[in-house]
Amino acid sequence: MFTNKLNQDRMPIIEALEEMKAARLVPFDVPGHKRGRADKNLTKYLGEKAMSIDVNSMKPLDNLCHPVSVIKDAEELAADAFHSKAAFFMVGGTTSSVQAMIFAVVKRGDKIIVPRNVHRSVINALILCGAIPVYINPQIESNLGIPLGMNLEDIEHTILENLDSKALFINNPTYHGICSNLKAVVELCHRHNIKVIVDEAHGTHFYFSSKMPPSAMEAGADLAAVSMHKSGGSLTQSSFLLVGKSMNEDYIRQIINLTQTTSGSYLLMASLDMARRNMALNGEKIFDEVIDMVQYARNEINQIGGYYAFGEELINGTSIYDFDTTKLCVNTLDTGLTGIEVYDILRDEYDIQVEFGDLGNILAYVSVGDRKADIERLISALQEIKRRYNKPRSTIMQYKYVMPEVKVSPQDAFYANKESMPLKMAIGRISGEFVMCYPPGIPILAPGEYITDEIVEHIEYCKQKGCNLTGSEDLEVNYINVLK
Amino acid sequence: MDLWFSEFHTKNVKLSIKVDKQLFSAQSDFQRIDVFDSKEFGRFLTLDGYMMLTEKDEFIYHEMITHVPMAVHPHAENILVIGAGDGGVVRELTKYDTVKNIDVVEIDEMVIEVAKKYLPFTASKFDDPRVHIFYQDGLKFVRKIENEYDLIIVDSTDPFGPGEGLFTKEFYGNCFKALKEDGIMVNQHESPFYHDDAVAMQRAHKRIVESFDKCRVYQAHIPTYPSGHWLFGFATKKYNPLDVRADEWNSLGIKTKYYNTKLHKACFALPNYVQELLENVEK
Repeated sequence: MFTNKLNQDRMPIIEALEEMKAARLVPFDVPGHKRGRADKNLTKYLGEKAMSIDVNSMKPLDNLCHPVSVIKDAEELAADAFHSKAAFFMVGGTTSSVQAMIFAVVKRGDKIIVPRNVHRSVINALILCGAIPVYINPQIESNLGIPLGMNLEDIEHTILENLDSKALFINNPTYHGICSNLKAVVELCHRHNIKVIVDEAHGTHFYFSSKMPPSAMEAGADLAAVSMHKSGGSLTQSSFLLVGKSMNEDYIRQIINLTQTTSGSYLLMASLDMARRNMALNGEKIFDEVIDMVQYARNEINQIGGYYAFGEELINGTSIYDFDTTKLCVNTLDTGLTGIEVYDILRDEYDIQVEFGDLGNILAYVSVGDRKADIERLISALQEIKRRYNKPRSTIMQYKYVMPEVKVSPQDAFYANKESMPLKMAIGRISGEFVMCYPPGIPILAPGEYITDEIVEHIEYCKQKGCNLTGSEDLEVNYINVLK
Repeated sequence: MDLWFSEFHTKNVKLSIKVDKQLFSAQSDFQRIDVFDSKEFGRFLTLDGYMMLTEKDEFIYHEMITHVPMAVHPHAENILVIGAGDGGVVRELTKYDTVKNIDVVEIDEMVIEVAKKYLPFTASKFDDPRVHIFYQDGLKFVRKIENEYDLIIVDSTDPFGPGEGLFTKEFYGNCFKALKEDGIMVNQHESPFYHDDAVAMQRAHKRIVESFDKCRVYQAHIPTYPSGHWLFGFATKKYNPLDVRADEWNSLGIKTKYYNTKLHKACFALPNYVQELLENVEK
């Protein structure tokens, strides 16, 4: 069990909202819907309670940009719950947390080490701040077709070649539940004065269950972005940015205020406050239930045959250092179906929406909100899909990692004058745009990278294999924008 | 005393039955279970406030969900009943000496306990040696079975609450798999009359049609169910639901109050608006 210093039963923002309602304040301020009286239809649709707390910052409710009272108290409670030095309420999604982390550790011209399969929002943050990415090849598990964690040797090798790197960015756990050896990564980076920032969007529950791999804060990371709205139960778009002991939280607040709204939604903040309380008080029990449900589903699915719901047995000590057992990820390839096909059939024919389907897998997101009967439906539907559609396994595309050569910073490339030319003619030029390949969702090219014949060949191969190529202006990727 | 049980059939329509006394009320792991006595309908059972059966009209439902398939299938020996914790279907099935095995899958053990204690008129045959009770999720039970049963009777509650999984495509598909090559599945098919019920009825039909090649729907009149107009689904791999083996069935001498072999053919003749509702989802 995790221990807290503060009384986690408290919800300062919700308490203040309740007091405000009891005082029957007359609202001559925004929002103009005036507690839902302006448009009764919206109020009927969303509910009076939701409308009554959709209010503006005011003295008794504090201000998200410069918190001095209830938001400050709520953030301190969150920091206590997550065992971090400080915690910030974020209302622009985890994307805004990720971008704030990057702005906090690198500036124009600084190097930041990132795995090649980072979310687009990370590269967008680099476009905004002008830092230069140094990529690490994420290993791909070739049977399952999933990107793995960051290998310690790869990181060390990259650091030694780029001793001037300022920060390392890591996804932990990955979408598929794969964890790196985060403690060792942090020690290694800190030895070289490199800050470690963690995209922990899929790992909120690591802070509240003793059966989970270590969280970013526990591992000593400098900053972490947690999607409270994923496994934590708050509303979509609400998130926490956690601050480790080496960082100056007042500077982080300045960074956040560069881009975050000045009228933060009290619906989102209230949901963060309440979800934090629930996690701190009941998280251990909640995730025990989730772990049991997922383990049950995994066993049942693995008995069907043709499916492989993978788990801790994948752990190999390096690229799969640990595994998040709340993730119900199922490899479908032995049924002869791709993950995307199973994903579509589940929704179109069985009214079951899973989180995603990729080349070889589906991920069913299981939370405390799920019912045992629904788990039975998922298992039974998978069995039916196999009975009805089973065919011989087809060969899966082998993703080839082409080491990118970053010639120009993403920022310079983004703002540079560009011209469009046929892909084959572009060899030897610098790309002005992204070419992403789904699956597996790894960029083949990003702005500022050198276009080699190997890369052009790989793009052609992906096209032939029917992959979905995105990011470029020309949807067919016959033409590409290059720097003039 | 003026004590009434009321059930809303729509937001604007309700059926009320004057209650003499309440005999039982408890919350199980799955639902709230109540038993009442009334002057007009005798003893009745409700789950989560929805009428399941009354002493006075349960024979209609139980005869129609059982004898219609039994008079078609020439040798239904191994039978699976899903739901049916009140025992009414089991009671009807045990009237056939040719039936060798009846597996009952009921998710809620408390329903069977309550039925045995308070509903002796339906729960009379649970101790027949051919009956085997499994306290399990019906969907999970059929998932593990292949090519085993001659007949599956799906005696479910409504498509919300614990019975939800029994109205899904994965359930009907798994039933198809659990049946032998000449098997029949009969199910509680909701009502075509009120809008929300009709939508649920159409959804169920659509999902069954997707899983079975031959599907028909038949009707009965059950006074205490919403609108009183009730449907049953008849999904079959081989036998034609209208090919009733009348002489053979009549020679068994089974006493019924509602079902007879003439009515068998007639109950498949549906009103135009019901046919239309069904056809709309068959395409």
